[in-house]
Amino acid sequence: MTKALLKGAIYAAALGGFAQFAAADEDASLVINGELEIVTEAPAPAHLDGALRTIYSGWVFRSDETQTMQMDDFDNPGMIFVEEAMVAWNTPQGTEGKSCADCHGDAEDSMREVRAVYPKWNDDAGELRTLQMQINACRTEQMGADALKTDAGAMLSMEAYISAVGRGTIVNVAIDGPVQEIWEQGRDLYYERTGQLDLSCANCHEQNYGNLIRADHLSQGQINGFPTYRLKNAKLNGVQGRFKGCVRDTMAETYSPGSPEFVALELYVASRGNGLSVEGPSVRN
Amino acid sequence: MADNVTPRVRVPRSAAAGETITIKSMISHPMESGQRKDSDGNPIPRSIINRFTCAFNGQSVIEVALEPAISTNPFFEFEAVVPEAGTFEFTWYDDDGSVYTESKDIALA
Repeated sequence: MTKALLKGAIYAAALGGFAQFAAADEDASLVINGELEIVTEAPAPAHLDGALRTIYSGWVFRSDETQTMQMDDFDNPGMIFVEEAMVAWNTPQGTEGKSCADCHGDAEDSMREVRAVYPKWNDDAGELRTLQMQINACRTEQMGADALKTDAGAMLSMEAYISAVGRGTIVNVAIDGPVQEIWEQGRDLYYERTGQLDLSCANCHEQNYGNLIRADHLSQGQINGFPTYRLKNAKLNGVQGRFKGCVRDTMAETYSPGSPEFVALELYVASRGNGLSVEGPSVRN
Repeated sequence: MADNVTPRVRVPRSAAAGETITIKSMISHPMESGQRKDSDGNPIPRSIINRFTCAFNGQSVIEVALEPAISTNPFFEFEAVVPEAGTFEFTWYDDDGSVYTESKDIALA
């Protein structure tokens, strides 16, 4: 309750200028392992057109204890899954007998800039691909392996590994060109009220971030920290699984993880975080 | 049987004689409580780490009895006084009889 991002502090900042805001929560800077600086606050991207002035990572909204867990890889339980994926990266799978490393080498180098630009248009396939779709395309087309289930176990671990090596890079997904139509579809979904509670994403995460919804401290719903280790279920959670949880909470029938609707929404929500650092695997409650 | 059980510890490489150091330990483990049921309604058998110990040069530093309510991937952070160079031995005991060990050497600075 004393965290600066409760709404009162935001109003104070808006009225009194930026200095008070900075002073209200001056400890809130995220440095991982004492060296990796993470951008948790940035000017909103132009396409938001003033709907938000500043974008904040979900990390800013969490309690001190939860924030601290993400500041050291030993304390971050999400890194357990990253370690699992490191093994999988070097393990040949599928009929071609190839591992990820056979084509991509050391993920620390080859995957550094990847997480920041996904979801991304794939010209050859003529489709927009989330990182998970790209991983499965690699598996089925190059490795002769089975596709992994969207937003589950091994897939989230691999996504977390690719995120972890890209931590600190700035999210910069493209929203124009071939993806523009899908991006607009995602934007429409974001602002569409759904469910018996008649809520859109924007009602909570744009108009009421910083406020409490019952006991939950609403963030801006940024997805730069995904996959996220949630303390409530003690495992990695994917973006689209989280979307499903949110839509369910409006008491609506949800789309499924992997559906075209959620892929479009993932692109749009990712683009709202253009300017924040890749943070996954983050720790949230 | 628990899969993918990996013990991890962090101990400073060196310390001054008599210095108090902080040790962190975590073991990846599902810590299945035995209270839950699977989708068919059958109880899922209990499978937890039930004991954790740390010893320095054979002398006990900490002993922990773990109970089913402890959450997955148990993490312990504790302090120890280092009188001399030596080795920390960490041991985790699993319900299924498995014993996981890890050791870390520490030198005097």
